[in-house]
Amino acid sequence: MKKIILIAWKDFIITFQDRAALIMMLAAPFLLTLGLGAVTGSFSAAGTTGLSEIPIILVNRDLGEIGDVIVAAFEAEELADLFVTNRIDDEAMARLQLEEDQAAAVIIIPEGFTKGILPDIQTGQTGPPSPIEVYSNPVRPISAGVVQSVLMELVNRIEATPVGGQVIIGQLLIDGYLLPQDVPEYAVGLISRLRTQEGQGQAGAIRVDSGSHDEPQGEPGFISYLAPGMAVFFLMYTVTQGGRSILAERDQGTLPRMLATPTSSAEVLGGKVLAIFVTGLVQVGLLIMVSSLLFGLRWGDPAGVVVLIIAVSAAATGWGILLASIARTPFQVSSVGSAIMLLFGVLGGIFIPIESFSTPVRIFSRISPNSWAMDGFSTLAGGGQLSDLATPLGALCLMGGVLFTIAVVFSRRRWVSGFMK
Amino acid sequence: MSEPILTTKDLRKSYGNLVAVKGISFSVLRGEIFSLLGPNGAGKTTTISMLSCLLEPTGGDAEIGGHSIKKDPMAVKRLIGIVPQELALYPPLTARQNLIFWGRMHGMGGKSLQERIEESLEQVGLQDRANDRVEKFSGGMKRRLNIAIGLIHKPELIFMDEPTVGIDPQSRRRILDMVKDLKAQGMTVLYTTHYMEEAAELSDRVGIIDQGELIALGSLRELTRFVGDQQTLRLDFDEQPVQEEQVHLFQDVDGVTSVTTTDGQIVLTVAEAEAVLPEVMTTVHQIGLRIRSVNIEEPNLESVFLHLTGKVLRD
Repeated sequence: MKKIILIAWKDFIITFQDRAALIMMLAAPFLLTLGLGAVTGSFSAAGTTGLSEIPIILVNRDLGEIGDVIVAAFEAEELADLFVTNRIDDEAMARLQLEEDQAAAVIIIPEGFTKGILPDIQTGQTGPPSPIEVYSNPVRPISAGVVQSVLMELVNRIEATPVGGQVIIGQLLIDGYLLPQDVPEYAVGLISRLRTQEGQGQAGAIRVDSGSHDEPQGEPGFISYLAPGMAVFFLMYTVTQGGRSILAERDQGTLPRMLATPTSSAEVLGGKVLAIFVTGLVQVGLLIMVSSLLFGLRWGDPAGVVVLIIAVSAAATGWGILLASIARTPFQVSSVGSAIMLLFGVLGGIFIPIESFSTPVRIFSRISPNSWAMDGFSTLAGGGQLSDLATPLGALCLMGGVLFTIAVVFSRRRWVSGFMK
Repeated sequence: MSEPILTTKDLRKSYGNLVAVKGISFSVLRGEIFSLLGPNGAGKTTTISMLSCLLEPTGGDAEIGGHSIKKDPMAVKRLIGIVPQELALYPPLTARQNLIFWGRMHGMGGKSLQERIEESLEQVGLQDRANDRVEKFSGGMKRRLNIAIGLIHKPELIFMDEPTVGIDPQSRRRILDMVKDLKAQGMTVLYTTHYMEEAAELSDRVGIIDQGELIALGSLRELTRFVGDQQTLRLDFDEQPVQEEQVHLFQDVDGVTSVTTTDGQIVLTVAEAEAVLPEVMTTVHQIGLRIRSVNIEEPNLESVFLHLTGKVLRD
């Protein structure tokens, strides 16, 4: 066992001294996650296609015109592709649904919202201000941000565009709250009040809150889906390089030299495998740790995350060793490994949502550790526990075991071939 | 007379129909430098690989320190050290890190390993570069570190497989002196080379190997007796290449035992150079070649090899 650890430690040191390897293992996943995260939100675990069909809940307790206008705006045909609205009267029910990730945001238009803005026709006085409350889903930060932006834009339009004013004033005239001769004076006052409320970073008529800060319930947002996807994607790079190092050592003479020391071929193989496994483990562990700090991602049950990382590293190591046992040269391992890495990335759903795959492709995607790992990470991020991971963990462990066994059979013929036991 | 530390008995290795080593038997005595001399592809590295327990023999056996390489390879590995032909090092690691790793692979550790590392670094003249990464080393320095790694655990028997290939004359000189030092320290060295001068300078005994067969074995003096008093006459020409039919004309000269060509030279094995030289020059004149130089060499390992195989060693 001492020799196995010694060989693994040597490989580990060499890997972590290699700047190019570090860039690929650690920097690249972060940069890609950041880059993709910055430009698109199109990979949502909820099966939605990014900035479309954002589910929102509208609670309109305002009995006035502006509340109706806002609801009508969100339900307008022009925004039908962007939002899927659900009107609910019960505020508590709306919040509950938000916590269950049935919505990206809840907009609560409070009672008296219109009265807080429009002066009473009789007295000319406005009621106490009652800001709109927006509860955003913390695991869908982008979608919730879109809802807030649209709402603020809407309020600003009510202020700035004649259409908004016309709608409001028209409604007041129909309802008999406003006399035609009072319209000019009323319109000026309306715009003045909204303008005053607007200059505070967000429209003063809106109060934004995010629901459930403490409990990461619900399905992951796209970054929390992308980050583990990238981590596992680049894990395949690491195991490929690990497999490549076996053949490289054979070619440069260090593998035979190790076998000429009082060390068995099983110990040498064990050391190399351990190095690949531990390097993968550290890589994914670091990526998860740093992404938690950097992006504030919540990965879910820590025990589940740890066990899942171990399982996915084991399965990926199996692929790395299998590659090394089949390929003839280090170059072959690198080139075939890159192709497999890309294929598994696609099958794992980091480039194209898995939901868009046909059934045969979905079944085929199960040959990749990425696919099972993403299942596991999604389950954990969605509030699942270690006990909920039986299927992905079992699949990953089985994959690692089967691949390792095949690799050992091949490797005895290939790179240990000729070397005595 | 020392006892043998290594004895091979009809050692064979074949790959399908290709027979790389055709049943060689020899012994290496404790404390001697034994060279296996032969051209590239003669079977030297295959022999060393079998003796290092890296290749399983397809026939025969060898004993090192009384342990069979087939039956007890782990015991054999504890007694031997190898300096492979290729630079079996880890370039991203420092010289010291390399030595630590290989020392531990031999079961060393603690203070004894640290002391041995310092000794080895001093022995190969790398103490000032101990903490530099090997990737920054010159070829000669890498060769020396390659040797230090083979010696780190003070093996009883060290296999050195062409340790001077591809290095500058200065580093080569240093390595040859180091090998002599190892003998002075009581270590046994099995040295393979295709450089006749190295084998002649270093070896107590030389085994000449060609096409997987051990064709001669003995001390330098014993081997040169094979060719008796015969000298080597080396003719160098301005024109190249020398035609095959031109070479045959020299075989008809009285006193010429064998004729071969290499690098545009004609190499004659002759009984007495001075006696045959006039007729040789006449033949050269008849052919129409222009002589650049003529060298007369006393019997050496190359002439032995030429005598035994009909080929020059560089082939």
